[in-house]
Amino acid sequence: MAIEITMPALSPTMEKGTLAKWLVKEGDTVESGDVIAEIETDKATMEVESVDDGTVAKILIAEGTDDVPVGELIAILAEEGEDASSVDTAPKADVPVTEPVAEVAETPVAQEAPVPAQAKASSLKDPEIPEGTAMKTVTVREALRDAMAEEMRKDGDIFVMGEEVAEYQGAYKVTQGLLDEFGPERVIDTPITEHGFAGLGAGAAFAGLKPVIEFMTFNFAMQAIDHIINSAAKTHYMSGGLVTCPIVFRGPNGAASRVGAQHSQNYAAWYANVPGLKVVAPYDAADAKGLLKAAIQDPNPVVFLENELMYGESFEVPDLDDFVLPIGKARVYREGADVTIISYSITVGEALKAADKLAEEGINAEVIDLRTIRPLDLDTLIESVKKTNRCVVAEEGWPQCSVASDVSAQLMEQAFDWLDAPVTRVNSVDVPLPYANNLEKAAVVSADDIVKAAKAVCYAE
Amino acid sequence: MTTKNSPKKAGAPTRRRSKKPAQFEASNEELLEFYEQMLLIRRFEEKAGQMYGMGLIGGFCHLYIGQEAVVVGIQSALKDGDSVITGYREHGHMIAAGADPKAVMAELTGREGGCSKGKGGSMHMFDPDRGFFGGHGIVGAQVSLGTGLGFAAKYRKTDNVSVAYFGDGAANQGQVYESFNMARIWNLPVIYIIENNQYAMGTSVTRSSSEIELYRRGESFRIPGKQVDGMNVLEVRAAMEEAVQHCRSGEGPFILEMKTYRYRGHSMSDPAKYRSKEEVQKMRAEHDAIDQVKQRILDAGFKDEAELKEIDKKVKAVVAEAATFAQESPEPALSELYTDVLV
Repeated sequence: MAIEITMPALSPTMEKGTLAKWLVKEGDTVESGDVIAEIETDKATMEVESVDDGTVAKILIAEGTDDVPVGELIAILAEEGEDASSVDTAPKADVPVTEPVAEVAETPVAQEAPVPAQAKASSLKDPEIPEGTAMKTVTVREALRDAMAEEMRKDGDIFVMGEEVAEYQGAYKVTQGLLDEFGPERVIDTPITEHGFAGLGAGAAFAGLKPVIEFMTFNFAMQAIDHIINSAAKTHYMSGGLVTCPIVFRGPNGAASRVGAQHSQNYAAWYANVPGLKVVAPYDAADAKGLLKAAIQDPNPVVFLENELMYGESFEVPDLDDFVLPIGKARVYREGADVTIISYSITVGEALKAADKLAEEGINAEVIDLRTIRPLDLDTLIESVKKTNRCVVAEEGWPQCSVASDVSAQLMEQAFDWLDAPVTRVNSVDVPLPYANNLEKAAVVSADDIVKAAKAVCYAE
Repeated sequence: MTTKNSPKKAGAPTRRRSKKPAQFEASNEELLEFYEQMLLIRRFEEKAGQMYGMGLIGGFCHLYIGQEAVVVGIQSALKDGDSVITGYREHGHMIAAGADPKAVMAELTGREGGCSKGKGGSMHMFDPDRGFFGGHGIVGAQVSLGTGLGFAAKYRKTDNVSVAYFGDGAANQGQVYESFNMARIWNLPVIYIIENNQYAMGTSVTRSSSEIELYRRGESFRIPGKQVDGMNVLEVRAAMEEAVQHCRSGEGPFILEMKTYRYRGHSMSDPAKYRSKEEVQKMRAEHDAIDQVKQRILDAGFKDEAELKEIDKKVKAVVAEAATFAQESPEPALSELYTDVLV
């Protein structure tokens, strides 16, 4: 059967080109891979190779012809044993090359636009704490350690890896005691190699292990962000669901105390932008424990953002064998009717202080801790706004393209009719974090900033 | 910039071999198997290039033509449970791992029947059941990921190995050395295959690398390395056996530098002006991996030209079937857009 040679596309954007030169003539025999013609595009001159062995039966486009459309028949080869002179040169009707390829199979409008499958936040519930459960006072640091230890006892595929996590017992002592209990095969000190060990962790997760990768701080994870996003978050999708990456990247995030600009950034908005990741940022010890356990059990990559200033803070944690909280569910930390204050991580503490101050002035604020930044529990937020009709979003982090920006945009889109004032954002000042004590204090979000914004949306100023 | 005291001179014959490499003593069946496998990859890639030209394949498309002996020789020394990972030039690696050429071609055309349901494309194919973990588009990323696959093999106390392929271009990425260091500290069973086809896109090794003998790149990590004629499948296999033996016995990572050559451009839209036609022609005429094996078979006399032609026909039929499938398989349903984001 004759072999049709068509004008090739040499780049994703090429639509037509100049057939500059034929290097063969009718009657020549060619082998697969032989250069038979040269084509000029706007970018370069490219060679066309024969796609098969045969004899050039017919050249249909003369050399020097401009604007030959991609897919146009330019020559015909006779196959071995076929008489070149008898080859039918009329293009066959069923040849796909002259047809527009990749037609859209269905009209997109005909389909309902589904959303990515994920549990509806409204169906998620915190576990019931049985009547009479004892509460234990623990620090956030201990809660995180307990979460890892409990999960590691149950599942031998879980290991902890990072800088100083083993013999040093953790740069911030979060992994204290894990080496003693689980040994050096499961609690692994790395060299200072964030990019490398983040990738190693993602590869181990592809193979089915469940790594908990600690970054000494998330500031250093910028060295590794390619693996968090391109390797961990996207591979499940790119593989059509064949490969999973059950991994937790955890460590302190955001400003600590006077450590300067390079060690004081909040990355929540960065990771929350990425489909394929879950992003968790707890405030208190119970949430830290319940959510880290959930993150380790989750079959998806989870970015778990802690806060160094919170590590030493103590909270009540239910003394249960297996206290796991749902990822993707916000928490109404304090109920109120006049204004909703939405926050997460360390700023929840400022929001609670602000609520106390507002109460003194007769404003009853509801405080919501997002706990999970992605997927965002919009249902809980909308429900609250329907009740209070006013909303402030407070976040220790830069304002532009922040979590606060996104929450506020979504509330404006989806709860506009219930709002009596524009949703207002309270963010850190839009500068790299300074070192001087007074400047640093002035840059981060304080309870007073939140009070001011809450009063403004209540028109109480 | 080449100075008088430069550690290398561009173009100078500075190649040193670690040791005269062994040749694998292949049985007749094995030789035929190598021939057929390499031919299948070659014909598949030629067809892919043709289909790209027809507008049936979009985006980037990096062909493996010329380098077939590397992947075929390496894969032949592996066993069940071993894992393989590579960069974006991976159609050949998928086929060598045993993936169905139909699913590979349909991924190239972005169809439902593709191995990633049309959502990965040329650079993102996976077959974890056969130990193949992609298909990664960020140059060098697969080296850390592959080190993690080796970590998992050791963590589970198996004697399996991980094979991480990367090119001469990736060999200059920082994470490669982070990975070498960790692999050696923990003696992970990782075989790093540097597919040195001599051009990182358009930049030759001599222009990009202070040490052009890439098998020596592990020296400061105390990782043994070996340079191999990557156009000779028997030499590839022999070197791989040594590396596999080293890894399986718990002695840690191994580096194999495969001196190879790609006949086509870096991608479909590369006019390859950075090298001469004569250079390409010389490699094709004198060092072609498939011709070498063919000659060996003919010299040994257990198959003649006509019988080899039958194999060619069989291979062509497999590729033609893949091409037909890839065009007939429907585009993915629009609902696929939203699946596989999260587990």
